Order: sequence, then structure tokens, then C-alpha cells
Amino acid sequence: MGKPKLVVIGNGMAGMRTVEELLKLAPDLYDITVFGEEPHPNYNRILLSPVLTGEQTLDQIILNPLDWYAQHGIRLHTGDPVVHIDRARRVVVSRSGIEASYDRLLMATGSRPVRLPLPGAELAGVVCFRDIADVQAMVAAAREYRQAVVIGGGLLGLEAANGLRARGMQVTVVHLASWLMERQLDEPAARLLQRTLEERGIAFRLAAQTEALQAGESGRVCAVRLKGGEVLPAGLVVMAVGIRPNTQLAEAAGLHCNRGIVVDDTLQTVTDPRIYAVGECVSHRGVFYGLVAPLFEQAKVAANHLARFGIARYTGSITATKLKVTGVDLYSAGDFMGGEGCEEIVLRDAGRGVYKKLVLRQGRIVGACLYGDTLDGPWYFELMREGSDVTALRERLMFGRAHVGDAGHGDPRARVQQLPDSAEICGCNGVCKGTILAAIRDQKLFTLEEVRAHTKASASCGSCTGLVEALLAMAVGGDHSTAPSKKPLCPCTHYTHDEVRAAIRDQGLKSIPAVMRRLEWKTPDGCPKCRPALNYYLLAAWPGEYADDAQSRFINERAHGNIQKDGSFSVVPRIWGGVVSPRELRAIAAVAEKYQAAEVKITGGQRIDLFGIRKEDLPAVWRDLSAAGFVSGHAYGKALRTVKTCVGSRWCRFGTQDSTGLGIKLEQATWGSWMPHKFKMAVSGCPRNCAEATIKDFGVVCVDSGYELHVGGNGGIKVRVTDLLTHVKTEAEVIEHACAFIQLYREEAHYLERTAPWVERVGLAHIKARVVEDADSRRALYERFLQSQRHAQHDPWAERAQGGAAHEFAPLETVV
Amino acid sequence: MNAMTEGWLKIGRLHDVPRQGARVVRTAAGAIAVFRTHDDQVYALEDRCPHKGGPLSQGIVHGHRVACPLHDWRIDLESGQAVAPDVGCVARYPVRIIDGELWLQLNGAMLGGPTPAQGCRHD
Repeated sequence: MGKPKLVVIGNGMAGMRTVEELLKLAPDLYDITVFGEEPHPNYNRILLSPVLTGEQTLDQIILNPLDWYAQHGIRLHTGDPVVHIDRARRVVVSRSGIEASYDRLLMATGSRPVRLPLPGAELAGVVCFRDIADVQAMVAAAREYRQAVVIGGGLLGLEAANGLRARGMQVTVVHLASWLMERQLDEPAARLLQRTLEERGIAFRLAAQTEALQAGESGRVCAVRLKGGEVLPAGLVVMAVGIRPNTQLAEAAGLHCNRGIVVDDTLQTVTDPRIYAVGECVSHRGVFYGLVAPLFEQAKVAANHLARFGIARYTGSITATKLKVTGVDLYSAGDFMGGEGCEEIVLRDAGRGVYKKLVLRQGRIVGACLYGDTLDGPWYFELMREGSDVTALRERLMFGRAHVGDAGHGDPRARVQQLPDSAEICGCNGVCKGTILAAIRDQKLFTLEEVRAHTKASASCGSCTGLVEALLAMAVGGDHSTAPSKKPLCPCTHYTHDEVRAAIRDQGLKSIPAVMRRLEWKTPDGCPKCRPALNYYLLAAWPGEYADDAQSRFINERAHGNIQKDGSFSVVPRIWGGVVSPRELRAIAAVAEKYQAAEVKITGGQRIDLFGIRKEDLPAVWRDLSAAGFVSGHAYGKALRTVKTCVGSRWCRFGTQDSTGLGIKLEQATWGSWMPHKFKMAVSGCPRNCAEATIKDFGVVCVDSGYELHVGGNGGIKVRVTDLLTHVKTEAEVIEHACAFIQLYREEAHYLERTAPWVERVGLAHIKARVVEDADSRRALYERFLQSQRHAQHDPWAERAQGGAAHEFAPLETVV
Repeated sequence: MNAMTEGWLKIGRLHDVPRQGARVVRTAAGAIAVFRTHDDQVYALEDRCPHKGGPLSQGIVHGHRVACPLHDWRIDLESGQAVAPDVGCVARYPVRIIDGELWLQLNGAMLGGPTPAQGCRHD
């Protein structure tokens, strides 16, 4: 018996993306046959606009050349659409009479442009804007005729008008609504767009209805007559009034259709379990998607089921739109019109041609409409998708993601579009703009993840993510973002951080294998992204009960030192509050000499770092340090790092409180606790703030009347000044608030999320409600933190100095 | 046993190497990392990432791969190849488990050169 047969109807982006995803999961499972209506291999339909303007060529937009099909053993029939499906016999028949039997059928028939039933609609010279043949017809007409009319002032119509104008035609756009792109733009943004296009020489008739197309002597269209009598001469008429799912074949085969082919969350048709459908021909939960990002999500899910993995679910997408007209920046997403129960924030600068509108509901972005400056579109989209509380960001929101471009890129306002190809985008990995654009073009990349994998841009610290997304938008149009409606923890699972944590807590899961089994992990034992996250979540959920899994920790936390580029380690003993005695300094010096530390450096956190320690020497180094009273500084961990202090009222003539003493108490209360990410504190003795407490995760600024508590600061990749949490009167209150804040962070933040982005995501109001305003809640958080600390405050160095985890440090064997 | 006479060396027991972990065998020619996967497969690779020389023995072992601790390159333990789109490979050494004991063949280095510039030969 041969392999099961998969027949794909439709050789477009959705169908082939599904096949690509399927080949990744199960390369040899099916014998695959593809039927396509067009005579071309699979190409990027989104890029027909730049082909029309002449900015790209047809060759450049081919996604899978013919030899790709051959390499994967796929039988491809181009120019030969399927005309009949016999579900009883499980056979499809093509126009040329080819019969192909199937075990699974994938329908990706896409959509058809709507042709208005106007008198003259069938005349020569009347085209739609859907495929390569349409573009070729328009390019040919532009050489022969001078005037064109585009019916429809939506996304496609305007791209067509712009392309024809670029090819030298006089173009008039006739649009039924009273402003352009009314499905994506509000009126002010549309007026700005209209002005820009008028400046380029495109004319408009708005609130206008076409009555008839008139034929010339040759029988070709020669004019368009509007209701009201105006006649526009036209050697070419483009109808771009919308698309309709192509369900003819499906309906004839008796598949249930309602606007589109009706599918469930697995992309299986509701009528026939052997038949799947993806793309623009589909109706999912009553929604029909005409953009590429949702199609790609559907492709992933359909492939997962075709590959018999059977675990993926498609639950719908939020989409964003960007107009692919060079020099016109426009971005719209979600509910951009607002209305009852919504608030609008609007920035309008007619002089610069900039208009931005954000629609908020209950402190969260639900829609965005940007014109003229769209660099922050992807950021707003992300905030919207994640449902982030933006209350705390409100006053800065309109000015964009402050750090875009400021990590070594000079002027933060420099627009990525204006940067030269040689400009470095990713400072960590030294990747420049030209390299990224070339990779996107040559490797046919569509998503941020793909760009990261191929170029490493934004794959390290991530601060240039916004720039890379902007480049992606620039290169492949606005449909770039795969925009999953939720972001899985890692590629091993479909579940988000929050869902995984909830399952651990609610279903009493107490080991990594138990989590993976219950949540149907796709890999046998996870990956370096999910294992450390699960280990942390389990540790935080079941203090004292969960047995830490060393093999699921990054080497630094496994070896309790920082690995350096040569494979040696560095050692940082804890120096409480930065206060050290001469005897302790002598002990550190002795260790440095005895174990030949290659360098001794004072850290930025008021401690001492010994570099170049060989791994097998670590337990002995720790034994000597333990003997002198030192414990681990956790300089290597997602844990409490340092508490920086100034000398405060002990010495300083300005000091208002004992900042050093308070710092030491804070450090003693919180050391040893594992957190989602590293955690730094500081205590300054007066508002001069010498300990820089306002860029720490938790900072205390002493004042005469007590203590100001600040949270969510960061001095790293993206500098963020803290938010003021509250003001308290006593040291005991400081410690209770600090511990409660840490515990809330431990319980709610995602693994590897610093407090700064966490505070921005959940909103300061939420944190104040839990830690400041509700004393019972604070008390409960504090108690849970103390409970967890009872199991966490064991010095890992002392344990290993006494022989714990010896296998970690000794070679298995030495061969001479 | 015949195999023992052909340069096979006893380096320890299977349970000396943590599951989903690695241990190091020091040799005159450099360190060799001995990996044990979740399903108790054992692999021996040169302990040097083809990217910037990171010690692979210190990485997180997942599936039949290891992630280099320095810059997160993924190396396939069976082939010694970097996982695409990264390109490079490390030498592999034959390793066997006999009665719970690990045997390594030091002079049996397989495939490709140790530096990325030399690329990897496929057989």
C-alpha cells in the first residue's frame, strides 16, 4: 500500500504555506498533488502592487519556484483548475480532465474580485486587480492609453491607482463612500491620504456611483459614466470594489458554505472530515480573512492536523492593515472608529502630515489609525493584542515606543526607512539594514521569528525588535506580522505563559514531565526556552515541595557562577549593602591569589568580581569564601542581585535616614529567592539619590518624613525611570512592601520578564491595588514570600563546598 | 572483547552522567563532551561550539540537541551539525554503553573539521 494521498486545490499563498508547514512536520507522510488555476508557480500576491508600479519584477515575487515542487516530490498542475469534486469516490477532476484521488483534500481556492454588474462590465479594457494576468493587462494598457478610471477607493483600488499613475497614466478614482478606505480609516486620516495622492496627480470622485461603462469604436471601453451625468474618458477601467470567497467548487460538492467554506477550529470543513480548507475561501467563526497573516496561522493549524499531530487550534486573528504605496505611511488595526464606551487619543499635525488616533476601552488599546508616521504601529498592535493596560503609559503613548532606535542607533526619531543600507540595526549581533532586507527578499521571510533565525537581528537583547518589524513591514507590506491572537510560551506548546501557570496551580502539576504530559507538549522534553520557565513556575508555585531540576537551568544557575567567553567562571560573593571589613577584603584577596583569578574587578553593584576561575576550582573557592563568612552573591541568577546603598545618615551631612542599614536589612530579607528575572534594589539616603534608586526594580529614596518607594526601574537595554509606588514611615513598612511587591512579581510576571515591562504590561494601578491600597492583600503576599524564603535561603555555595552536586564540577575522566 | 583492543577506553558509568546533561572527558587534544539525553542515548562531541568555541558540555540538552551556553547555537548531537539556519559542525566520537559502562573511542573522530570555515563533509 502506498502513502496516503493529499490533493491541494489552489496553488496560492495559503495552500502552499500549509504544504510547507506540513513538510516541516511530516516530510514523507503524503503523496501530494497540487492544482492551480494560474499558469505560474506560487507567488507572493501581496507584492503585486510593487510589481505594478515597476518597483519589483515578477521573478522577485515567486515564493516557490518549479524545482521546489520537484524536490519535494509534489505533482503540480498549473493552469488547470479543479472543476469537480466527487466526494463519494474521493476523486477530483481538473478542467483538462486529469483525475486525482485523495485521502485528504485541502481547499485553498482563495477569493474572486467582485465584478459590478454594470452595463459594459464585460468590455475589453475592464480588469480587476487580483492576479499576475491582471497586472500584465494593466501594464500593457498603460503603454497604449492615457486615461484610467479605478472604481473603488479601498486598499486595492488605491494601490492600483498609484501603480497606474507611476506608469504615467492620468488616473481618477471613483468611490462610493464619502471618504477613502472607510473600512480602515476615519475621515481625518482619509483626508490626509487623499491630499497626498492628489499631490501625486490622482483625481478623486467621492460619494460617486458608476452608472455605466461606455464602449468606443473598437469595442473597447472608452469612458465611465457616473450617476449625475459626468463622463470620465478611460482606456482602462479597474474594478477594485472588494473580494468574495471563492466557494463555487465547494458549494457544488455539497460542502456547507456561509459566505466562505465553513470550517471549525482545526480548519476541517464541517461537512466532510476528509476535507480541510484554509485562506480567503474560508469562513471561520463567521469571519472571513483577506490578509495574509491570518492565512499563515491557519496554515500552521491545518498542517498540524494533516500531519496527524492533532493538537493545534485556530481561534481567530486580530488583523492590521498597511497600505503598500511607497511614501504613504498608513496603519490601521482593530476598532479604529471608537464609539460608545471608548475614549480617543488624537494627535493631529497637518503641517507634517501626521495623524494618529488610538481608541481605548477600559485602559486598553482596542484600535489604532495612523497616518504619516506609522513606525509605532506594530507596538500599538502588540499592546492591543496582549490586552496591556496602558493607563500608566498614557501621557507618552502618542509619542511612540521611546526606545525605538536608541540602542546605539543615534537619533531615536530617525526613521528606519531613511536609514542607509549600511546602518546597523542590531547592535548585539552587528546586523545592518541591507543584510536584513536582503534576507527578507532572498529567503522569502515573513515573520519576525524567521528574520531572527536567519540574520540574528533582534535575537539577543531584543531592543531593536521595533526596527526589525518596521523593516519587515517595509519589505513585505503590512501583512507581515503573523499576529497570533495569543503568544505561546515557546514553539513546544500552544499555551501562553499565563495558561501554563494557571494549569500548574489549578491542576496541581508538580513536575516538568507532568506539565508537559498534561498540556500535550509537542517535543519530548522541551527546549532551552520552556524548561527554565517551567522550572521557575513550579518552584514559585510549590515552595519546599518541588524538587529543583538542575538540568533545566541555564549553566550559570546550575554552576552558581557566571560563564565567561573562554568557558571559565566568575565569582561574586555577597557583600551586604556594599559594606565590607578589612578582614573580609583580605579573605577575598587570598582567594584571588590562591586560585589565580585572572582579574579582580569592582562591579557596578558595589561588590567584587573574581574572573577566570576554572570550573573545577569553584567548590574550593567557595569553601574558602564560606570560611570567611561569605555567601553566594547570586550575580549569575534570575534572583535578587544586589542592594546598592549610599552611606546615608551614618556619615553623610545630607542623609535623612540610615540608608546603608536599611539596604542590609532588605538584602537579608530577600536574598536567595528565585524570580522571573534578575532583581536589583537600592536605597538612597536623601533625594540626591546617590544610590540611583530610581532605575532599580525596587528603589527606596529616604526623605525626612520617611521613605519613598519606587518600582519598575531599569538601567539596562531600555532605561526606564521607576514609578512611585507609595510613601511609608518606618523601616518595617519598607520591608513589608518590598517583599509583597517581589512576591506579586514572582507570582504574576512571565519568566524572563523584568519588572519594567511587567509593570507596563499589567499597569501600576493593578500593583498599587494589590500592594498598597489593600493591606490584607499586601500582608498575604508578604506571608507567602516569607514562606517561600524559608526554603530558598540556603547558601548554594556552602552546599557545594561540602560536596553537593560534585558531578557538576569534576571531569568524568582525564585521559593523558 | 575485540572492540576493547581497538582504542576503546572506559570513561565511567552511564549514571555518572546526568540525564539531559553532560560530563567532560579531558584529553591531551582538548575536552570531549559526553551527553546523555532524556531517552538515555549517549553522544560524544568535541567540547567546542563551531561558532565561538563555547563549551557545549555546559549547555541545556533537549531532545537530541544541545544549546551552546554562549550564544544559543543549537547543535544536533547525532550529526554534530549546527541546526539551520546556522552552519557549522563539531567532531563526533564513537561512544558505546556496555553493561552500563561508557566506552569512548578517542582516535575515532568523525566528520568535518573543527572550524566553521572548513565546513562539514557529508557522507
